[in-house]
Amino acid sequence: MAAEGQTTGTAPGERHAIGISFGNSNSSIAYTTTEDKAEVIANEDGDRQIPSILSYVDGEEYNGQQAKQQLIRNSKNTVAYFRDFLGKDFKSIDPSHCHASAHPKEFESTVAFEIQDKEGDERSTVTVSEITTRNLKRLAQSATDFTGKQVNSAVITVPTDFSEKQKEALTKAANDAGLEVLQLIHEPIAALLAYDARPESKVSDKTVVVADLGGTRSDVAVIASRGGMYTILATAHDYEFAGVQMDKVLMDHFAKEFIKWNTTDPRENDRSLAKLKLEAEATKKALSIGTNANFSVESLAEGADFASTINRLRYETIARKIFDGFNRLIEGVVKKAGLDVLEIDEVILSGGTSHTPKIASNMRSIFAESTTILAPSTTPTAINPSELQARGAALQASLIQEYEKEDIEQSTHPAVTTVKHLSNAIGVLSITGDESRGVFTPIISAETAVPARRTIHINSPKDGGDVLVKIVEGGSHIKVTKPEPKPKTNGEKNDGEEDEDEDDSDDDPEDVREKVWKVGNVLAEAAVKGVKKGGKVEVMINVAGDLAVTVTCREVGGKGGVRGNLSAP
Amino acid sequence: MATHTQVSLPLPFLPEGWSAEKDFKAIGSLTAATQRSIEPVGPHFLAHARRARHKRTFSEDDRIQAQENVKKVEDDDAGEISEPEDPMMLSRDAKDWKSQDHYAVLGLSKHRFRATEEQIKRAHRKKVLRHHPDKKAAAGSTEDDSFFKCIQKATEILLDPVKRRQYDSVDEHADVEPPTKKQLKEGKFYKLWSNVFKAEGRFSRVQPVPKFGDENSAQEDVENFYNFFYNFDSWRSFEYQDEDVPDDNENRDQKRHMERKNNNARKKKKNEDVARLRKLVDDAMAGDERIKKFRQAASANKNKKRLEKEAAEKKAIEDAKAAKEAEAKAAKEAEEKAKAEKESGKKAKEAAKTAVKKNRRVLKGSVKDANYFVSGDAPASAIDSVLNDVELVQGKLDAEETAALAGKLNGLKIADEIKGVWSGEVKRLIGAGKIKDGEVKTLA
Repeated sequence: MAAEGQTTGTAPGERHAIGISFGNSNSSIAYTTTEDKAEVIANEDGDRQIPSILSYVDGEEYNGQQAKQQLIRNSKNTVAYFRDFLGKDFKSIDPSHCHASAHPKEFESTVAFEIQDKEGDERSTVTVSEITTRNLKRLAQSATDFTGKQVNSAVITVPTDFSEKQKEALTKAANDAGLEVLQLIHEPIAALLAYDARPESKVSDKTVVVADLGGTRSDVAVIASRGGMYTILATAHDYEFAGVQMDKVLMDHFAKEFIKWNTTDPRENDRSLAKLKLEAEATKKALSIGTNANFSVESLAEGADFASTINRLRYETIARKIFDGFNRLIEGVVKKAGLDVLEIDEVILSGGTSHTPKIASNMRSIFAESTTILAPSTTPTAINPSELQARGAALQASLIQEYEKEDIEQSTHPAVTTVKHLSNAIGVLSITGDESRGVFTPIISAETAVPARRTIHINSPKDGGDVLVKIVEGGSHIKVTKPEPKPKTNGEKNDGEEDEDEDDSDDDPEDVREKVWKVGNVLAEAAVKGVKKGGKVEVMINVAGDLAVTVTCREVGGKGGVRGNLSAP
Repeated sequence: MATHTQVSLPLPFLPEGWSAEKDFKAIGSLTAATQRSIEPVGPHFLAHARRARHKRTFSEDDRIQAQENVKKVEDDDAGEISEPEDPMMLSRDAKDWKSQDHYAVLGLSKHRFRATEEQIKRAHRKKVLRHHPDKKAAAGSTEDDSFFKCIQKATEILLDPVKRRQYDSVDEHADVEPPTKKQLKEGKFYKLWSNVFKAEGRFSRVQPVPKFGDENSAQEDVENFYNFFYNFDSWRSFEYQDEDVPDDNENRDQKRHMERKNNNARKKKKNEDVARLRKLVDDAMAGDERIKKFRQAASANKNKKRLEKEAAEKKAIEDAKAAKEAEAKAAKEAEEKAKAEKESGKKAKEAAKTAVKKNRRVLKGSVKDANYFVSGDAPASAIDSVLNDVELVQGKLDAEETAALAGKLNGLKIADEIKGVWSGEVKRLIGAGKIKDGEVKTLA
């Protein structure tokens, strides 16, 4: 992933690295404090989410919120939503979001914008790569102003579906902006890292869904987090359900209301539309915080002012289709990963749209009680979803900025990152009241990258004595039990409601679903003799890179123990 | 993974007849794994990459990491300047070096007078590395080297043995305040004073300084301690607090005046210090339970001797008295006895006298019975001569002889027999030399 043009990176000692979350709609920058805590930097306007927009007025460049305001009066010279165009040819881009700003056009083999970015009347063609460079320069400048040190390197987050070509283009653009790209990391991983780096979080084996709901696109990933190592099991990308669609719903709602009192449709006039859109976005954000929000635009269309209010319930009703879309997207990706919602331990909501409380409460009802939903409205300690990626990137930057460029490249080389992952969990059989049947207790979860080592402590029978340690493979499956056949009452109730409810068949409250372990292959048996009364047995399983297994069983605090090897398959 | 999952469900018992070599039976092997790509992100991935690239196993990696960590700890231990730097101290003016705490400037305030030269050198180096004006300029801050000057001054003083002693002499931070009454009430008398004297002991020319000890210290040690501190030989001097002597040659008188003044001040301070220490020792001693204990023990010893002596004297007197009494008793008894004897003697004498008289009558009667040795009527002359002779003989005889003679004569009626007895008597007397031959004619 190294830039072709840059063979020698900055020396580790001279690096001053930040994390950049470079998004289609908004970007944010973060740095790590001396206590290794990631902090998101506010730019000179005081914004922590900086709109990825550049605007040119008489040769002067504006970015962020100032540029966004230019969408109303100066939309032709304002470039927005350009990140996804990077490294792509004109044929494969979706320019719909740029309708209200400078339009992309084909230029040589890449995408460009025709804007008037210099004084005078001459219009120049600026490639998307150049625009990206300018934007990153502005971000780096903000970070430099904030930290007081020249920022010269960065870890940048990218979507999981970014192609090599896109990564290359981004790296080049960053290098042109004077930033050494230490690493490009995937957005959902950055979000997960931001949570895992909190001092109170423990290293554990868990399966996490990271839903990154952004302005123009939604990306969901199922990640196996095993002992702090992350493996993406499945991803889904969606351009139909995202922040702009929610804005659209509000725009339509208020436009209709406006038409009631006035004759014109504000959506037909570009400037009115831009005003409507900006205010709709503000109203949407306000509804994430309060239950009521104002919508007021001066001179919305034909000189007529407009003011109205909306409450959250109304908003949630009119935007229901989009929320349902998110639900389907997330459930779909869990299925794609070959898992069940019950097997998800944690859901992280990331991205600006995740502030919406309804989305978090929907997640709550989709996933099991035991699943942690990390969103501001469900978990008070949750990190601001808009800041997750930048924080994760900054943390990664602080981790690797000490390394030589070559070291980083070698470590991220596919030879190191591509490893075998266990297809089944490995565990031990313990007993409950029923002596004849064993209960599977996982030691190493499925999808754990090898080599892996785990240790557990298991109780011995009350009186101690000789015990059998039976190491088995186990697979989980979902047991569905249908309790009483009286489900129709609920069905009738559903009929009373709107028709939309019919495709809302995701939760079937009658079925009791639980996750159970199915015992698979027996791998080994070992005997631990003479365990003391109340003693515990420590079982350590070490799976080597070639799937050879070493099992060590001993009494906790005891010496020696039983050790055995299983050869690689 | 440092934490182990705890499972509360117990393991099954070993079924009977289960046996295997080394208690381990390998049965199957893992199902084929899927190749996936892990995300090169996060601290644990870095650990994985380290292991993968260096082809280390978990335990090897653990060990190597542990070793590296240990090394770091060692380095940290050596780091004397782990002390936080007081921002007030950092903004000190180097000109005011006299009032600066040199040990604190070098981050050695825990060690103070105990700091070795090596420690001072190392601390100085570390401080220089951090506070060198060039470093500060590089970091972009103003070119303020005043604290660097402070560091240099502190090092200059602490690395010069003479100057260091002068500074240590007046280093109040190393002093331990004597305990207040309130503190002493809470007990810990020995601990508190022990700290005070440990601090005072640093000024002693004689090392090692005896320890204050505790409530169980021997009398000898305690006395030794107080003697040491009452005769404390201190190197403490007060040059450091001198007023600056003007260094110009112009005003020599002024200079001399200042030097004199300083000398006097030093002497005064030294005397004050001696007095202070003396009072300190007095105070400690006044409250020292051990001294009281020893005094009590000594006085108890003395009393014991006195009492013994008194008892002996009393006994002697009593003995003497008893002896005297016994003597008196004996004397009395003897007297009484003598008296009784005397009385009985008198009676006997009288009895003897009467017996003699009686015997004499017998004697005289015997001659009368013998008709005075004449036949017929005896002439008066014959009677006289015989009676004279009898009386003569009688005079020569004592009571017993008289009694014996009387016994012999008693009953005798015949004159010849009587004459024979008498003549026998006379002959015996002549033989004894009591009467001369011829003296008694009539009775011979």
